[in-house]
Amino acid sequence: MVQSLPVLRPNDSLANPDWRPRLELLLAQGVAAGADLVEVFLERTDALGVLAEQDTITSVSPSFGMGAGLRVFRGRYDGFVSTNDLSESGLLTALDQALGMLGLLRSSQSLSAYEGLPPLVDHGIAKGEWLAQCPNLQEATTRLLEGTDHLSRLGQHLQVRRGSYARNWQDVLVVASDGTHAHDIRLHQSLGLNVLAADGDHRASLGRRYGSHGRPDELRQWQAEEAARDLCDSAATMLRADYVEAGQFPVVLANRFGGVIFHEACGHLLETTQIERGTTPFADELGQEIAHPAVTAIDEGLTDGAFGSLAMDDEGMAPQRTVLIENGILRRFLSDRAGEIRTGHGRTGSGRRQSHAFAAASRMRNTYIAAGPHTPDALIASIDKGLYCKSMGGGSVGPTGQFNFAVEEGFLIENGQLTKPVKGATLIGEAKEVMPRISMCANDLELAAGFCGSVSGSIFVTVGQPHIKVDTITVGGR
Amino acid sequence: MASDTTRTDFPASLDGASLRQRLESLARDEGVGRWDLGAGCSTDTSVQVDRGEAKQMKGAQRSAITLRVWNGAGLVGITSTSDLSDSGLARAMAGARAASDFGNPDDVPAFSPLATAPLPPLDQPLQETVSILALLDTLKGAEADLLQRHPAIATVPYNGLSQRSSERLYLNSDGACRHQELTTASLYLYARAEEAGRKPRSSGAMRVAYGAQDLDVEGCVAEAAERTISHLNYAPIDTGRYTCVFSPEAFLDLIGAFSSLFNARAVLDGVSLSKRESLGQPLAVPFLSIRDNGLHLGNVGASRFDGEGTPTQCLPLVSEGVLVNFLHSEATARSFGVAPTGHAGLGAKVSVGPDWFEIGPSAGIPGGAEGLDHLTGTGPGVGHEGLVVIDSLSALHAGVKASQGSFSLPFDGWWIHGGESRSIEAATVAGDIRTVLNSLVGFEGLAKLTPGGLCPWVWVDGLSVTGEA
Repeated sequence: MVQSLPVLRPNDSLANPDWRPRLELLLAQGVAAGADLVEVFLERTDALGVLAEQDTITSVSPSFGMGAGLRVFRGRYDGFVSTNDLSESGLLTALDQALGMLGLLRSSQSLSAYEGLPPLVDHGIAKGEWLAQCPNLQEATTRLLEGTDHLSRLGQHLQVRRGSYARNWQDVLVVASDGTHAHDIRLHQSLGLNVLAADGDHRASLGRRYGSHGRPDELRQWQAEEAARDLCDSAATMLRADYVEAGQFPVVLANRFGGVIFHEACGHLLETTQIERGTTPFADELGQEIAHPAVTAIDEGLTDGAFGSLAMDDEGMAPQRTVLIENGILRRFLSDRAGEIRTGHGRTGSGRRQSHAFAAASRMRNTYIAAGPHTPDALIASIDKGLYCKSMGGGSVGPTGQFNFAVEEGFLIENGQLTKPVKGATLIGEAKEVMPRISMCANDLELAAGFCGSVSGSIFVTVGQPHIKVDTITVGGR
Repeated sequence: MASDTTRTDFPASLDGASLRQRLESLARDEGVGRWDLGAGCSTDTSVQVDRGEAKQMKGAQRSAITLRVWNGAGLVGITSTSDLSDSGLARAMAGARAASDFGNPDDVPAFSPLATAPLPPLDQPLQETVSILALLDTLKGAEADLLQRHPAIATVPYNGLSQRSSERLYLNSDGACRHQELTTASLYLYARAEEAGRKPRSSGAMRVAYGAQDLDVEGCVAEAAERTISHLNYAPIDTGRYTCVFSPEAFLDLIGAFSSLFNARAVLDGVSLSKRESLGQPLAVPFLSIRDNGLHLGNVGASRFDGEGTPTQCLPLVSEGVLVNFLHSEATARSFGVAPTGHAGLGAKVSVGPDWFEIGPSAGIPGGAEGLDHLTGTGPGVGHEGLVVIDSLSALHAGVKASQGSFSLPFDGWWIHGGESRSIEAATVAGDIRTVLNSLVGFEGLAKLTPGGLCPWVWVDGLSVTGEA
């Protein structure tokens, strides 16, 4: 008899008013001790991972947890303590530790200076049934096996076929002594298909990932056959692809996950975290032209269902649509609470963290280059010899602004036409140099889900762009 | 005057007897006959600084368990949780029981036959934790020292000093009980240097020890300064093929990224370049040997047992260039007809991973060039194009295709040409791991102890380097 996993019930919610007096006491004691601001982030999580390999479910991994992160500010400085112990004594111990980091001591003096929390801003009201509405294990495993079956039917030389599903449900309450009192429920789901094609010495490993926020039906509505066909076509193309020739070339980056170039090359450098560290070359460039006039770039948390969307950030602030670059001119940085205190750039609803174990930091949400006037074909037609990057892998940016990212699926551009497939390319460069070289943007903006790892952990994000042309970039290869 | 309320003692102890009692009761209620559990708890404190001031101070108390059960049909399910309350454990038991309905009948893990075998001795002194304010003072001092090493070093944007006290526990329903306490501390310093009209450059160093008071702070500062300063004089490099010399850290990173070569789980899953029949076959030049030795004294924070309770051991992987062993969990070992090697995680599908590599020459086997010196570029095969020294590799998560064997990775390093050394402005190195392992020219110097393993400088012939020149 197949059972359903036990699920957290809505009446367990952190929106339960029983939390209020306990948290108000914490805030009051922190303020009375001399803190400028005390913030408490509470969360409960319920996650599920399922893996299908070939035609078998090989792993079902449920997990659940809870915890709190307490942050205390005094002037420009802060102390942060996380704990799994949500008892009153556990939270007080954490508060004591955070206060102690700033040279403060909880005392028995009057708590009357603290006025208490305002009414709860509850973004989670209509989301109480999200978890229950998600596919149960039977549905999830069946859908994944459909995916690997499609791969089997549509692919050739597939040595490995994998489908994966991850569901992350998060119940969040944020309170702070500045009056923040907000609750939300988040639901992120992601689906992946991966293959390894092998024929003799030829090998190609490729994958596709899809993700959404706030859509319990995501897995049910997944177009498994279409996804499998797309992946199998790519695997067949790349199986016998040659390694790319190294050098400096113009490149066209496809839409969707091609947007990782802006994420890595520029997006991270527009986070106030980087200003604080002194690791962004753009710190003093507000109002200056830092990119080609063809480039307008946006970061927002509003697109319905997008992986990086959120009803409130992890500091309880509603998200915004933040225009970062407008026609090449730097307009805004992404800022969190600490960023505002330390750099003066106003908060943008971008304070994000993986979990209670991390202090929030300024992070991207849905980040993309806006559509331009050209057709994708026009970009390719403008290049005599170059590289078309159809599918991108991951990337990173270093402390000097140098970025890199891998090309999963590439094609040579010769005389304005796509010719043979190539693999093994890595694009490297520096933000200040590459942004002015994005000279053409096409009219086919699309977004793609991804994960971003940085100072406050791994978070759900969206990258995106239309097809873009970079006039020249270093292509690492053989 | 700052207070000292952040001082931490060892975490609240994991009470194996109590956990066992509670789980046995819950298992009976769920009709579960066999179970095992991995548990951990830790207390962490850490600091970061920025130009003489505290940037962030953090503390954390963590606890978590992974519970694995076998249902009446013999299938396995797991659940993980950070809620160790009675209700949390009950929910974990129910969740694992429900997940077991979807257990894989073709690959059922069992208890490790070595889960009660004697554990190897490990000299791991438990050090007293220090106050977070003492950590802060130490890190401020290290930062100040590093900043005054060279006028171009203006900031140390990535830095951290942390300490951890932790416990691990493994229990199973057959009576196995493993327990380990550990203290560790780590320091990292990554400096950013910039000279007028030139691009910023960055490099750094890290150290680990059993306690914050044991960290080699001076050595870390000196290495971070030396590495950073060495990259100030930079120039682009021409794209081409070069003899490359990997630093011990860089070569360990490269081997680690391709550790699926030695991973029995990856072999069974078809994602390794190795196959069952690869055992006994040449993988590399005869003078290369690789061992996985989690028990090495230099492996600070070593685990005495793996996720299934199997003792950690020193395992030869490549001897005289020949692949001689795979890393195993209980299930993969059973499939290969060998004993588990102590490299398992804990899960419904058990992962397998390496502990700590020792890379170097094969004892008594001649081969490998003598007299190699990357500082002067002296060695065989170094032509007019010069020598490329790879100090550190970046973006291994993106630039390595382990199942294909290929890599294309950005790196920091130097170009040695005409007896002179210049830092390389920006470049990638690309190749195939099998070709690399068969193109080793030799080892330079004695093996260096690093946080990630033991390895000398490694010379490799003919790798593709892409530069910006």
